[in-house]
Amino acid sequence: MKPQLLQVRDLCVTFPSRLGRPPVHAVMDVSFDMLPGETLGLVGESGSGKTTTGRAILQLQPSSAGTVSLLGHSITALGGGALRAMRRHMQLVQQNPYSSLHPRMTVARILAEPLTVHRSVPRTQIPERVAELMNLVGMDPAEVSRYPHEFSGGQRQRIVIARALAVNPNLVICDEPVSALDVRTQAQIVDLLHSLQAKLGLSYLFIAHDLAVVRAVAHRVAVMYGGRIVELGAAAQIYRNPAHPYTRALLDAVPQPDPARQRAKLAEAAPETNFSVPSSATCAFGTDHAATGTAQWHEVAPDHFVSCHFWPHGSGCQR
Amino acid sequence: MTAPPLLQVRDLTATFTRGSSATRVVQGISFDIAPGEAVGFVGESGCGKSVTARAIMRLAPEGTPLTVGGSIRYRGQELTDLPEPAMRDIRGRRIAMVFQDPMSSLNPVMTIGAQIDDMLRRHGGLSRQAARRRTIELLGLVGIRDPALRADDHPHQFSGGMRQRVLIAIAVSCQPDLLIADEPTTALDVTVQAQILRLLLRLRRELGMALMLITHDFGVIAGMVERVHVMREGNIVETGATDTIFTAPTHPYTSALLAAVPRLSERGTA
Repeated sequence: MKPQLLQVRDLCVTFPSRLGRPPVHAVMDVSFDMLPGETLGLVGESGSGKTTTGRAILQLQPSSAGTVSLLGHSITALGGGALRAMRRHMQLVQQNPYSSLHPRMTVARILAEPLTVHRSVPRTQIPERVAELMNLVGMDPAEVSRYPHEFSGGQRQRIVIARALAVNPNLVICDEPVSALDVRTQAQIVDLLHSLQAKLGLSYLFIAHDLAVVRAVAHRVAVMYGGRIVELGAAAQIYRNPAHPYTRALLDAVPQPDPARQRAKLAEAAPETNFSVPSSATCAFGTDHAATGTAQWHEVAPDHFVSCHFWPHGSGCQR
Repeated sequence: MTAPPLLQVRDLTATFTRGSSATRVVQGISFDIAPGEAVGFVGESGCGKSVTARAIMRLAPEGTPLTVGGSIRYRGQELTDLPEPAMRDIRGRRIAMVFQDPMSSLNPVMTIGAQIDDMLRRHGGLSRQAARRRTIELLGLVGIRDPALRADDHPHQFSGGMRQRVLIAIAVSCQPDLLIADEPTTALDVTVQAQILRLLLRLRRELGMALMLITHDFGVIAGMVERVHVMREGNIVETGATDTIFTAPTHPYTSALLAAVPRLSERGTA
């Protein structure tokens, strides 16, 4: 068995109550593992907790319970210098390449900053490393003296990726890295992420709402709904045999470039997307977890798990 | 074509001037929209699709002087040289528009109901009571539950999808002949996107209006329109019936755009 890169166990993030409103349980009991060189797609709609999960893993957001281990070290309790030392193993690529680059810094300075902070190369070798990073993401090293506004959205996202890779991380958390880009640019960035993974053995936690984009990158997929992972499994398995009704609804809603199919789909009534926790003692699969003491997960196929939380009222397991 | 077009656009150009430099973003395009027809405009950012819509509505993005050339005829009437008061009459009442961002298009300090009442009273000359009745009717039409109660809520109490429904309600309130929807679902989740697309289809059927749907997403356009115009750098590079464009595109740019669309099924993926 390969050593784990990332181990997330029972991660919870709760935002405290404000103005008399109840506290928000943004992430509840999220657990998963990631292997080196693997891409895990974390899919869900706005408010599902996918971005908060990513931020809690990076320790940018305090978690209220649970643990995160990176390369075998628990990082949930770390602070200060020890945490900074671990941060070079995990980097973040965000959605908007227009706001995540400092407008008054040249590309050379943007790429040199993480190298200086983490002292990963001697000062004299920084220009050389910056040029290397530009080549790595398919950009011309001669352009490092330019400013972010002189580049297109796709080029800016390449610079953001180069900055994330500057310190040789093992894990890159990509939060909606292509959703602000045109489709052709999306495809180019996806190709770049693929080639970087092959070259550097990177792992990606790929957070996205678009199941079609995730299909092009992910080895495994985790579907989030209401702060919990409701389905987790190999990508091929999830796309072929979605087990949770929410996953099915998400897949069904993706607009496909096929006029006949799309017309037929839009002519049907919208599927139910409002799910609720089963009210009876037994779950959607007929198990009474409280009595048996088992986790609220069911293995529907090898390494393909589905949660019995958030099933529509009255529905049972169809399998 | 037998029926005279609802909208006839000929050699439309649009130029932004900034200081001494002028950028022509629409390069002389021509197209027709028949009454009740649904037409899609697809292209990447910067191709001029949104500016085309704004030129028709004579709405320039804030702070940018937009010069429009060519001819835009609505039911035979030339719009490009129409005085602003007459244009105001067309805008909203005959041709209405829905934008991408439902978060910034509503006034945050007014209730949803008050915003729609206001517009109905101004445009339709309705009394206070009649306007409120119509507002509740419209909110019901776009699928908002408990419309009489929700009318007293503020925009922040509505989700993104609900806000887009409200904007669509406002757009169709005067029963326009043509609804221009500029990326109406881009800011929304996929399940909500599907609901809004279904809503647009239903309203088009019930109100008999024509639809000009602008998007970068071939998936969104697929089930919605009869004809597609593909735009690139201010020009229409290909026009065709929807099924033909998807199955047998003739322009290499159309093929490239279609090939880049991520798909759920095995076939078609690179």
